Amino acid sequence: MNIHEHQGKEILKSFGVAIQEGIVANTSDEAVSAAKKLTEETGTQWWVVKAQIHAGGRGKGGGVKLAKSLEEVKEKSGEIIGMQLVTPQTGAAGKKVHKVLVAQDVYYPGPSETSEFYMSVLLNRQSGRNIIMYSTEGGMDIEEVAEKTPELIYKEEVDPKTGLLPFQARKIAFNLGLSGTAFKEMTRFVTSLYKAYDTIDAALFEINPVLKTSDDKIIAVDSKVDLDENALYRHPDYAAMRDVREEDQTEVEAGEYNLNYVKLDGNVGCMVNGAGLAMATMDIIKLAGGDPANFLDVGGTANAARVEQAFRIILKDPNVKAILVNIFGGIVRCDRVAQGIVDAYKSIGEIPVPIIVRLQGTNAEEAKKIIDDSGLKVYSAILLKEAADLVAEVLKK
Amino acid sequence: MSVLVNKDSRIVVQGFTGNEGTFHAGQMIEYGTNVIGGVTPGKGGTSHLDRPVFNTVEQSVKEAGANVSIIFVPPAFAADAIMEAAEAGIGLVVAITEGIPTKDMIMVKEYLRGRNTRLVGPNCPGVITPGEAKVGIMPGFVFKKGTVGVVSKSGTLTYEAADQVVKAGLGISTAIGIGGDPIIGTTTLEAVQLFMNDPETEGIIMIGEIGGSLEAEAARWIKSNSNKPVVGFIAGQTAPAGRRMGHAGAIVGGAEDTAAAKMKIMAECGIHVVDSPAVIGATMATVLGKVTA
Repeated sequence: MNIHEHQGKEILKSFGVAIQEGIVANTSDEAVSAAKKLTEETGTQWWVVKAQIHAGGRGKGGGVKLAKSLEEVKEKSGEIIGMQLVTPQTGAAGKKVHKVLVAQDVYYPGPSETSEFYMSVLLNRQSGRNIIMYSTEGGMDIEEVAEKTPELIYKEEVDPKTGLLPFQARKIAFNLGLSGTAFKEMTRFVTSLYKAYDTIDAALFEINPVLKTSDDKIIAVDSKVDLDENALYRHPDYAAMRDVREEDQTEVEAGEYNLNYVKLDGNVGCMVNGAGLAMATMDIIKLAGGDPANFLDVGGTANAARVEQAFRIILKDPNVKAILVNIFGGIVRCDRVAQGIVDAYKSIGEIPVPIIVRLQGTNAEEAKKIIDDSGLKVYSAILLKEAADLVAEVLKK
Repeated sequence: MSVLVNKDSRIVVQGFTGNEGTFHAGQMIEYGTNVIGGVTPGKGGTSHLDRPVFNTVEQSVKEAGANVSIIFVPPAFAADAIMEAAEAGIGLVVAITEGIPTKDMIMVKEYLRGRNTRLVGPNCPGVITPGEAKVGIMPGFVFKKGTVGVVSKSGTLTYEAADQVVKAGLGISTAIGIGGDPIIGTTTLEAVQLFMNDPETEGIIMIGEIGGSLEAEAARWIKSNSNKPVVGFIAGQTAPAGRRMGHAGAIVGGAEDTAAAKMKIMAECGIHVVDSPAVIGATMATVLGKVTA
């Protein structure tokens, strides 16, 4: 589960990770009050107004602006709040900005030069251990660094029995070219950061940039925090940080019915039991000349109510020109699913697009008979190959 | 022969008396699997499904000779259950439970290092050797005895492949569902190695998904060690990058994660890669030279 920059920073701070301080504002008036308060607390003379959306690259889309006076804070926050922010990660439609973080200016002049680093914590799936990935090339797109200068990306693997050890923290600080106060600050920073990651059941931390200020402090200027959804039951306070406004509304609704739905851009909807078979069904649609309009896993209990809800969700997408239902009945009996489809069809009324139903497994023959005898305009199949051919046939019409 | 489980396997069910455990243990017993009993802490000494209930896995090993465990324990307690089975000396632990926190699995993986316990899963359909033992939640009737080994990250897609294999006139030696989580016990490569060493298995079907590097790792080993034909399919050719497709592990991160990249590596390593999941069985029959008219 993704959370906002300001929420991620609050969590980091609670673990002793130094951050760029800031206050959240929902309106431009709130932003001005936030700026005043922030100056009282930190002494900052300028402010950075940062759009809070679940996507990176906000600066590139005009979602991060420096304000040098309270008038500018009001003006710039007014521009950003309510805007449809388009970044390389949001897609063309962009995301609506509901709130901003008014943050302190941390690039103030001082005795030394500032420098920016990259740091993330994530799972190394091959070893089954967490790693800290870091680079001297901060503030840039890390994928680009990985491609052009892979030698500037370092990795430190953490033994789960010991956690991050002091020598590892020192190694990281040395590799980042630090010395003196900044060196000590960095070892403290990375130690606290890993402790936070481990304690809160995070799935990803990405801090870009980590800044060495002109007075040798090490602070997190941004935070991308992703939490392990399977572990949220242990952290009700973090679970409450979910902002459903940042998610696709149809996906949120599907989740309420325990349907695993992901919206895509194609023209053929699908309803499948099992994640792997669902992806394979999307591939079948493509090979048959269509494009998948969604991923939808109805799970292990495809009863009438869930089938009906799944149809309603798929039909919300105006691009859908046909629907392929692909159920491999194991424990789930196909005849029950077939009855569910017939009932759903009658309950919804006229479904304006052709439906191809492929039911295989337990009681598949009986299921096909229920569909065929129902008088509904539904194409039925038993083999996956037959279903694929029917998709192609329907799309040609 | 077969791999991992057979008629001599003595299975203990952890989470025996819960809803899932009760239902699936019942199905396993009906299939003919030798379920020796189950474990539910606090209910030891009672009986369930005409089998004894033990308080600990250790008791089930000492008193009933359990050597395989299947886990239906809820996610919050599943990691503990896996480690308890390992500590009791169980050789094969099949974890069906979906939704175990990653941090718990990091600990499990560490705990199993250097121990003689093989973990399959979690978040998997289990393992079946047709006619001998069903240690999982798969529909048993789909799997007919034969010579094709199946290793897959996905549940229903495994049933699909097995069904096609049977309809193509072949059968299954053993099918292993390894699960779709970011951290799993037995990898694609380890499953393939088991099949390569199994005299009864003549061909191998390897079903993967987007995300991770398990298939590429297996493919590279197959290239230099294979003595049996391998048919491969990767689900998620049409999945967009950065979106989680149901399984926590099914997310395209880097360039090597995509279906196209995996399929290319697999093809280069001599695997018969199919674009369509509808022709997995037919392709296996063709490469084994056993096409029925």
